[in-house]
Amino acid sequence: MTNLSRRTLLKLSGATLALSAVPLPSFAAPIDELVIAYNVNLPSWDPTVGPSAVNPTIQGIYQSVFDQFILQKPDLSFAPGLITEWGWSDDRKQIHMTVRDGVSWHDGSAFTAEDVVWSLTRAGDEKTGNPIQFTWKNIGNFKTDGNKITADVLQFDPTIFKWMSFLTGYVMPKAYYEKVGAAGFEEKPIGTGPYMVDHFERNSFVRLKANPTYWGGKPEFDTVTIKFVPDAASRVAEVESGNAHVTLEMPYEEYDRLRGSAKLSGTAHPITDIGMIFLNNDSVMSDKNVRQAACHAVDKKLIIDRLLSGYGVPIDTLDAPGYAAYDPDIKVPYDPALSKKLLAASGYSTDKPVKFTIQTTKGYKPKDYEMVQAIVGMWRKVGIDATIEVYEIAKHFELRAAHKLAPAAFYNWGNAIGDPTTSTGFAMFGPSPHSSWKTADVDAKIGPLWGEADEAKRIQGWKDVDKYVAEECDVLPLLQYVQPILADKRVKVVPHGSGALLPALMTRA
Amino acid sequence: MLFLQRLLWRLATTAVTLFGVAVIVFTVVRVVPGNPIAMMLPPGATDADVARLKALYGLDRSIPQQFLIWGWGVLHGDFGTSISLRQPVLGLVLGRLPATLELATMALVMAVLMGGAAALTATRHRGTRVEAGIDVTNGVALSIPDFLWGLLLIIIFGVLMPVFDISGRVSPDLKLPFTTQFYLVESILRLRFDITADLLGHMFMPALALAIPLAAIIGQVLKQSLKETMELDYVTLARTKGYGETRVILREALRNAILPTLTLVGVQFTFLIGGTVIVERLFSYEGLGNMAIDAVINRDLPLIQGIVLCFALIFTGVNLVVDLTYAALNPRLRHA
Repeated sequence: MTNLSRRTLLKLSGATLALSAVPLPSFAAPIDELVIAYNVNLPSWDPTVGPSAVNPTIQGIYQSVFDQFILQKPDLSFAPGLITEWGWSDDRKQIHMTVRDGVSWHDGSAFTAEDVVWSLTRAGDEKTGNPIQFTWKNIGNFKTDGNKITADVLQFDPTIFKWMSFLTGYVMPKAYYEKVGAAGFEEKPIGTGPYMVDHFERNSFVRLKANPTYWGGKPEFDTVTIKFVPDAASRVAEVESGNAHVTLEMPYEEYDRLRGSAKLSGTAHPITDIGMIFLNNDSVMSDKNVRQAACHAVDKKLIIDRLLSGYGVPIDTLDAPGYAAYDPDIKVPYDPALSKKLLAASGYSTDKPVKFTIQTTKGYKPKDYEMVQAIVGMWRKVGIDATIEVYEIAKHFELRAAHKLAPAAFYNWGNAIGDPTTSTGFAMFGPSPHSSWKTADVDAKIGPLWGEADEAKRIQGWKDVDKYVAEECDVLPLLQYVQPILADKRVKVVPHGSGALLPALMTRA
Repeated sequence: MLFLQRLLWRLATTAVTLFGVAVIVFTVVRVVPGNPIAMMLPPGATDADVARLKALYGLDRSIPQQFLIWGWGVLHGDFGTSISLRQPVLGLVLGRLPATLELATMALVMAVLMGGAAALTATRHRGTRVEAGIDVTNGVALSIPDFLWGLLLIIIFGVLMPVFDISGRVSPDLKLPFTTQFYLVESILRLRFDITADLLGHMFMPALALAIPLAAIIGQVLKQSLKETMELDYVTLARTKGYGETRVILREALRNAILPTLTLVGVQFTFLIGGTVIVERLFSYEGLGNMAIDAVINRDLPLIQGIVLCFALIFTGVNLVVDLTYAALNPRLRHA
């Protein structure tokens, strides 16, 4: 039996008293300041230049401070933003836009059509380093008349207005930026968005204050702190302990464990990101039987159920549900017997398997490596012996741009605007640096669609391309990702189809 | 005179070391697969777009040419501009370095206190269960890497008993009246103890995670050194004078036994700085290590170079200081 001395008792009492004096987070009191544990750091405040401008994960923070030209609603539909009306001239040689009245920048100055023109001109200027400059340069010779803007179409691009809701499609403050310069803007950024930057500690947090004069209505939470917590375990600990009210992108097992707890609720919503396997035509994949066998041998539903706890949507085309050219009738069924038959036609079997390498990241996306392991196991059963090579995402980009990916390579593709050009188009069109499949037959089908002015015809054209690519198995689409969000039960979160976590959409439950 | 010669020689070798590090890191980050241009290529980019971006970031020249341009800039205090953060590298590195130094110093202090206490207690109770218990604890502390200690601390002090802050360096709602990035030092100097307490609350878990394995090493080395010293004649003489065991350890043996530990602490401090990379990430602590991971992910070549050079400067600087301190404390070297 242990003797408890007077001194020990005093020490224990002291320690207990000290701990009880520490203020602990409460799950009962009303939330004054909303705290979000975010999964990435914010490298730069200019949403139109540099690598962070094309990082889809950061867009939620940008969209809290800046407005896009055109608003994209949570269901991915487009709505008036700073531009309230837009369109083409009948001959598609001009565009016209109407700028919203009565909007102010965070410093109180008036937002005008000049800001829109300056932002578009700057975006199209190659010297500014806008990564999407190749699109913005397609319009020019802007003219303003009050809040009306017209511009000449220098090269027709049917997706130009969709880009106004996508990467780098933000309106920047002309007068303020010219006054403070790039460095000054990084120090104190202003936009017209629902929140104003109050305090920014790089790699740590940003504290936002609600914009009281926001044209879309003042957000519910006056103060929002976004903590940058890249480590998933730490993010889970943040919400579990009550130090943060909302977080996202945690392992699905953790999501399932916590969503049913007394303090937290969960939302798991399909977003526009997809998982896929690029095939390289300069390899054994030039054999149609091999790539068709590879496609039919993968049981996507089983992978989602077993590895992703059921959180995912199997897909057969690069245009996923919710995308403009999604066609649910295009199917590539799981059929291992057919795979064996196809491989036999090319002289392969389980005893004499076709061999190639499949590349994948490990830990870049949820269960990426494990999914590829499962696929390799499924392939082995039909006569495909694939060797897994793990690489960093940076190497993937470099190899893809140089058309040197392995015969098969796992990747995730984001397409927040859901247009087929930014999914099937750039992933499958030979001249694109993002394509790993460069063949004349596919290019011939895609080529005419870039400049197709008839929208219905254009979308149908992309559906036809998707059907052809699925039949040929030129790529292996796997799944549409589901984004897990955990939130304090006192907060109601509205998920956005693009995956952007927007505090302006959060309200008290 | 001899000391001055020694100092000059060490400074010269330090300069050569830094040059070597600069050459290696500059070459390696350009040779390994994955370049920043490929990372930022937009959909639909053409070869001309790739060439334009390469020229924009100066990557269109040969590696030796790039090195000469960068090296010339470094000699003039210009470490280039970060590709991802679009700010001068020197300012970014110097802005983050204080946070990492404060964290590493705090961890070192904790490690010395914990390791020193363990060694002294084990020596005082050598041959007993207390010593055995301390040895087992040291073994466990050493076997588990710092980031796992971090996760364990998060579960204990962040979730189960939420006493300390899990992430960040300071609470977002605090207004910081500081002019430097040495927040902890400045908060003490300005007598803003409310901020000091907040900073320590954020720093406690990452510092402890870093300190635990180091404390075990310090404890083992100091204990062994003390044991050997306790067998020396002058210690026996002290005992025969009637001094108590605790006084013999603290006043007689510790002074001599501490020298190997001091060298070890110096060397380990450099490893501690390296260890901050993972631990800072885990706790979202806004130091140099956290920034280094982002720089690597984004293939931000100028920033990687700046951070590595800064780490190298710390390593060589600490080693230099340890050597000189050792020489100053060790009578045999001092009078050589």
